[in-house]
Amino acid sequence: MRARLIRTWGVLALPLIAIALSVLVGSLVILASEWLVAGELKPGLAIDAYAALVDGSVGSERAIINTLTASVPLLLGGLAVGLAFKGGLFNIGVQGQFMMGALGAVAVGVQLRESPAVVAIPVSLLAGMACGAAWGFIPGFLKAVAGAHEVVTTIMLNFIALAVLAAAVNGPLTVQGSVSPITPDVGNASLLILFGRNGHIGIIYAPIMAILYGFLLFRTTRGFEIRIAGSSPDAARYAGMSPRRLIIWTMSVSGMLGGMAGATDLLGVSHQMASSYGTTVGFDAIAIALLGRTNPIGIVFAALLFGALRTGSASMQIQAGVPADLVGVLQATILFFLVASPVLKRLFRLKSVESGIEETSTFTSTYGGEASIR
Amino acid sequence: MDEFLYGLPLIGLVFEFIGYILAILPNTAPIMMRAATPIAFAALCGVMCERSGVVNIGIEGTMLVAAFVGWTAGIFLAPVLGSDPGPIFGASPALIGALLLAILSGVLVSLVHAWLSISVRADQIISGTIINIAAFGITGYLNSLLTRGSPTSAGQFKAWSPPDALTDIPIVGWIFETIFAQGPLTISLFVIVIAFQILLFRSRWGLRTRAVGEHPRAAETVGINVIRLRYRNVMVGGALAAFGGAFLSMEGTGTFQQGMTAGRGFIGLAAMIVGRWTPLGAFGAALLFASTVGVSQAILIAPPPGQLGDILTSLPPQFFDALPYLVTIIILAGVVGKSIPPAADGKPYEREAAT
Repeated sequence: MRARLIRTWGVLALPLIAIALSVLVGSLVILASEWLVAGELKPGLAIDAYAALVDGSVGSERAIINTLTASVPLLLGGLAVGLAFKGGLFNIGVQGQFMMGALGAVAVGVQLRESPAVVAIPVSLLAGMACGAAWGFIPGFLKAVAGAHEVVTTIMLNFIALAVLAAAVNGPLTVQGSVSPITPDVGNASLLILFGRNGHIGIIYAPIMAILYGFLLFRTTRGFEIRIAGSSPDAARYAGMSPRRLIIWTMSVSGMLGGMAGATDLLGVSHQMASSYGTTVGFDAIAIALLGRTNPIGIVFAALLFGALRTGSASMQIQAGVPADLVGVLQATILFFLVASPVLKRLFRLKSVESGIEETSTFTSTYGGEASIR
Repeated sequence: MDEFLYGLPLIGLVFEFIGYILAILPNTAPIMMRAATPIAFAALCGVMCERSGVVNIGIEGTMLVAAFVGWTAGIFLAPVLGSDPGPIFGASPALIGALLLAILSGVLVSLVHAWLSISVRADQIISGTIINIAAFGITGYLNSLLTRGSPTSAGQFKAWSPPDALTDIPIVGWIFETIFAQGPLTISLFVIVIAFQILLFRSRWGLRTRAVGEHPRAAETVGINVIRLRYRNVMVGGALAAFGGAFLSMEGTGTFQQGMTAGRGFIGLAAMIVGRWTPLGAFGAALLFASTVGVSQAILIAPPPGQLGDILTSLPPQFFDALPYLVTIIILAGVVGKSIPPAADGKPYEREAAT
């Protein structure tokens, strides 16, 4: 029992310390910036802001459902980044895969808006997943064949996705005669609402994806290969695996999860797409995968935390007058403390604690176009 | 033979397109140059860091912070120092002070990256990504706080007007116009590129930097302080990236917008790779990537006549927005295997324990 407690603490200590420290830094930022801009020091403001944040995210049944709904794409995106991490790949392109997933879902969903929901929902969802997978396949292919590092190519693809989306919404998908360019509603392809006003079915299937993610990585041969290729590509090569094929496979499946996040957001929440359609899921997902240490359970909790932050930040802005962008600051400081975890360990004298993010040790080694990927 | 004949119209179109680009070059070159400036500064930052063995993905975030600090400092300094535009480049005391603060902010941000990647020995790509996410979050937060009061900007640097005698020279006049009819940051780019190229390959510092980037252990044994040199180079790189960021908010435009760097830091990294980690090569590649901006603008304003024009104008306008990113990916994928990074690039250095 005691040994188990120590082990749990070993895994949880650093993420919890990082969260606590970022809350502290966040309150300093609130106070300092209010003092700089408004010229007066209001010590209570930080407490008011956090109180509003908590109240807006878990303070009522409706708030909890909103938080759960907001967590769904974050969870799927976090799994996308986490899977790539496990395979030694850094998918910064979840942003673009999300956009393409949403675009694929709306393009098909609009066509099927009159069809029965049993057909319309899965087909639209699959279309979004396919688009996301295609958007993940490109950087995987470029890395495996040409050696172009995914960090640069995925960022470029994020911007290209933005342009593709704008072209589609302004062009073929637009509703004729509307004031600003927008697609029609997806109608029957909208996800079923199970809880409250907007608690859609994604709240059920996203955790199932997390279970599948754990099953894939830890119970299948393919998952084993991905983990070996991620932790030591040379060993994978000696064992007769093909790192090239694994890179392409991992990036495509990672992109598929990213696309699923986008499709879920579109079919479940916005139901139609304006040319201003945007998201922060791509970058939140990186933070979630790191905070959850690429572990499926960890990612679920990290996604819930960020879902709560994103949901609560709106009421923080209204009630306490602190801009909702504060979430970005919190996210950044959490990440900073996670990466600086060797220093935290020394500072807090945590000997038995596992230090942060072991899976990430291979990114930089393939950077700059390693021609030797075979 | 048949295939050859089918190919003919396409070849004709390609030649027509090349002719069109040559025809518009004198007029669009200054635009291309301005688009290239931030990308080239980002690429120079990359060269500076990676030649000494530190991968810096955080250039984008460094630029964003510098752009924000330059703009904000201008707002706060204008009432104190005065914002009357001076005779040279329209530079007011407030603008100059703001530029200095922007550069300082770039150095400080890169110091964080240097600490995480050199001293903490975190994965350098993760560290850089965190710089980017943090820069986006913090500038976004402060920007929404600041723009509530709708502040007045301190203005922007103006372009210099070179004497007509220079720009009216037939055939080559437009080259002088491209170089000199620019603001202070763009003009200083030329000086920095040339100086950096000479220093990197002809000076003691350059030799040491390259040695540390290729084989830090060997460099250490001949008495070079690897850690200190890496710190110094990353911080100078931060200053270079800050020039690029300051260009965006203080010379290219007079305002700040959230996320206004729009991937230029990453395009700069691609330019660095395509330019084979040399300052001149990186500059050339930055010009190449930026030329897509000039060409798209020209096509939108004055499309070429005939079939080529019909094809180009029938493309959705968003195609031209995506063009710089598309060209970056294609060229990067084509070049990358043949462009060899410094051998110790991205590998944290650990001193051998004294026994």
